[in-house]
Amino acid sequence: MKHLLVSGHRGCAGCCDAMATKFTLMGAGEDCIVVSPTGCLEVMTTPFPETSWNVPWIHSLFENAAAVASGIEAALKAMGKKGNTKVVAIGGDGATMDIGLQAISGAFERGHDFTYVCIDNEAYMNTGVQRSSGTPFNASTTTSPAGKVSFGNQRPKKNMPAIIAAHGSPYVATTSLAYGKDMIAKVKKATETPGPTYVHCHAPCTTGWGFDTSKTVEVARMAVKTGLWPLFEMENGEITKVRKIGTPSPVEDYLKMQSRFKHLFSKEGGAEEIAKIQAIADKNIEQYGL
Amino acid sequence: MKITTGGVCEPGTSLTNKTGGWRTFKPVYDYDKCIKCKLCELLCPDMAVLPREDGYFQFDYDYCKGCGICANECPKAAINMVLEEK
Repeated sequence: MKHLLVSGHRGCAGCCDAMATKFTLMGAGEDCIVVSPTGCLEVMTTPFPETSWNVPWIHSLFENAAAVASGIEAALKAMGKKGNTKVVAIGGDGATMDIGLQAISGAFERGHDFTYVCIDNEAYMNTGVQRSSGTPFNASTTTSPAGKVSFGNQRPKKNMPAIIAAHGSPYVATTSLAYGKDMIAKVKKATETPGPTYVHCHAPCTTGWGFDTSKTVEVARMAVKTGLWPLFEMENGEITKVRKIGTPSPVEDYLKMQSRFKHLFSKEGGAEEIAKIQAIADKNIEQYGL
Repeated sequence: MKITTGGVCEPGTSLTNKTGGWRTFKPVYDYDKCIKCKLCELLCPDMAVLPREDGYFQFDYDYCKGCGICANECPKAAINMVLEEK
């Protein structure tokens, strides 16, 4: 099998970004053009003059990956070269949910035929673990540090799939590194669906979250099993498919695996904070029928 | 209007960067236990699990960073992480 992302990239051992990109390219296939905004993925795959990409790839600015993807799609159509070529933008949570949101909203509103994949590791890892709007409630980051008073990030995670669905996207899906084949199938479906489609991948970062390099997939699986990361597909704004989780695991099982939540187990009042996170999971389980 | 091409990299050129030197522990197969499920090949973030003609796999130690995901996820515990000796 020819790898569309090759070895030699500078991602950390156990890198979630490399794994998510590998799955994305397996789903999109060889005939694709990829746009990446600034982030780990860009710097680790392409330190000039080397690159790990075996497909056409362009690095945009931090904020305009969706606009560049729009331009590529429009140019392919204008030149009569669109054919089956897929246009895929792959950005992190910072580039997607914070900095690039305006360009993404524009691209989805204009209805370009492309797929946006968000690899969500829940903070700005490339620059040193600063919080983003993807950072979950009570996670400690360098700009939301847990301390004597604070329990870390005080805001819940932004619901990005719902924002994209509200644009009238024909296909929105959430995925996890723990379910690789599921992610490959969802990316394939997204790229084959005409119009602007969106895939949001939950990707545990060994460096930023604080767990052993061998646990990337295990941590991702536990996020799904607790109900904190629901896996679903939405078509034209309606949820059409949900992965059932059976008896949910308590959120402690997920939180205790990661040092970004360790203050919840050592600080006074931690049990009450964990109960608030459990309430988020319980709400997901009810809302999505997990 | 003249458009400059910007910086251009040739595809797949990061192969010159052999990342195997990052490794502390190296994965080793126990082929008696392997059931050829291909999960290690699917999950490897460094594309360092190579298929063999007999259906089993071998590690590409030029690039394997020793993260241990393959050993952690193997359903048959057919991969052992052993301390690298140089």
